[in-house]
Amino acid sequence: MSVNWSKYSAPMAFYPLAGRLIPWFAVVAVVLMGVGLYMGFFVAPTDFQQGESYRIIFVHVPAAWMSMFLYVVMAIWAGVGMGLNARLSFMMAQAIAPTGAMFTFLALLTGAMWGKPTWGAWWVWDARLTSELILLFQYAGVMLLRTSIDDMRRADRSSAVFSLVGVVNVPIIYFSVQWWNTLHQGASVSMSTGSKMAATMLMAMLIMTVAFWLYSIAVILARVRCIVVERDSLPVWDEKPAVIQEAVEAR
Amino acid sequence: MNRSSMWEAVSGIVKRDLLLAMRRRSDAAMSVFFLVIVASLFPLGVGPEPAVLRTIGPGVLWVAALLACLLSLSRVFTADYVDGSLEQMVLVPQPLAVLVAGKVFAHWLISGLPVVLLSPLLGLQFGLDGEPLGVLALSLLLGTPTLSMIGAIGAALVLGVRGSGLLVALLVLPLYVPVLIFGAGAVTGSMAGVGGEANLSLLGACLVLSLFLAPWATAAALRIALE
Repeated sequence: MSVNWSKYSAPMAFYPLAGRLIPWFAVVAVVLMGVGLYMGFFVAPTDFQQGESYRIIFVHVPAAWMSMFLYVVMAIWAGVGMGLNARLSFMMAQAIAPTGAMFTFLALLTGAMWGKPTWGAWWVWDARLTSELILLFQYAGVMLLRTSIDDMRRADRSSAVFSLVGVVNVPIIYFSVQWWNTLHQGASVSMSTGSKMAATMLMAMLIMTVAFWLYSIAVILARVRCIVVERDSLPVWDEKPAVIQEAVEAR
Repeated sequence: MNRSSMWEAVSGIVKRDLLLAMRRRSDAAMSVFFLVIVASLFPLGVGPEPAVLRTIGPGVLWVAALLACLLSLSRVFTADYVDGSLEQMVLVPQPLAVLVAGKVFAHWLISGLPVVLLSPLLGLQFGLDGEPLGVLALSLLLGTPTLSMIGAIGAALVLGVRGSGLLVALLVLPLYVPVLIFGAGAVTGSMAGVGGEANLSLLGACLVLSLFLAPWATAAALRIALE
């Protein structure tokens, strides 16, 4: 059976689909977050150098990954929106920005909490910290630019251009620990050389990453639904496609 | 589209913008005065300790140059946007990105080049001398065109938007950070005796990258603004 996927590029058709998907992503995200945190805090062994304080990485590393990943996804949606002139793509880009900014902030916050006992300072002006901070500013810029422009079409497209320009920063953050020899430790997990940590630690971290990823999807879909209602001034919040269809036709 | 007509269009834009700047010389002078005043405020605020001034000098001068460039950004497109000539530029057969490059080059000649020429003098205020002074001017020579290029994207994005002055700063300053780090790093490196070549090369790379990408992004932003 073939499904006509392009049908879901219409916000009206996507609205009920997103509504049906959200609970699944949300439930699995919560379960995995519980499992990942339990493994991280109780199962994973104590680090012989950093003691217990290292356990913040189970939140810190996935949050930092998500902050960069979501920026790229946002830029891709923005690019798709520019290329295909699809409204839903811009709505996705708009919905991703706050979640991405939240993860960037979370990465910086947990990094500071880890840095105090380990480095003895809440903040150092290291290449990775600085570039992550710039990423937060970029998320803020994307959101501010959007809210400053009243014309929705221009707001979409202008913030799309800005987010595409800012993508240059993402590889700089990712490779900053390799390019500059700074205080922030290098990556412990890499595609090419494998992991340098205990298997349970790695497992917990990956589970947390998947949990954050699913959480992002759930939250972003929920936000897209709000954006659809707001922009298309949908008169109903009802789940049933027929009701929405009726309301749209009645307009 | 032959090459000569493209060249004529660009040189025409550069000449026009320079002529307009010459007619309103005080506008162009303002950002330079701003730079001098900001750079002079720091010794007054921090104290006249020569060792301290030498340490903060490169960073302060670079930040001042950054802010001076930022203040002059609104002049790149606003006047043309208000009087409608920007729309004509979008309509001409030559690619908009090439014309944008011409406008940005003119902006750099008006607001960037004076900063570069003045920088050795300001460097002396901060106790820099010899090689670091030359590296400072060279780093600004490589860095300020990048600032103009990136700034033009921001200026085009906020064209006609309310609160555009503040917004452009919020958009553009984060993107300026690599240039600031490499620029100030080159001068600090040369003062420390390790040489500024690595950072100067990185500045050159930033310049090439922005020359290649920024005009297209600016042109796209202008088209969106004029829709």
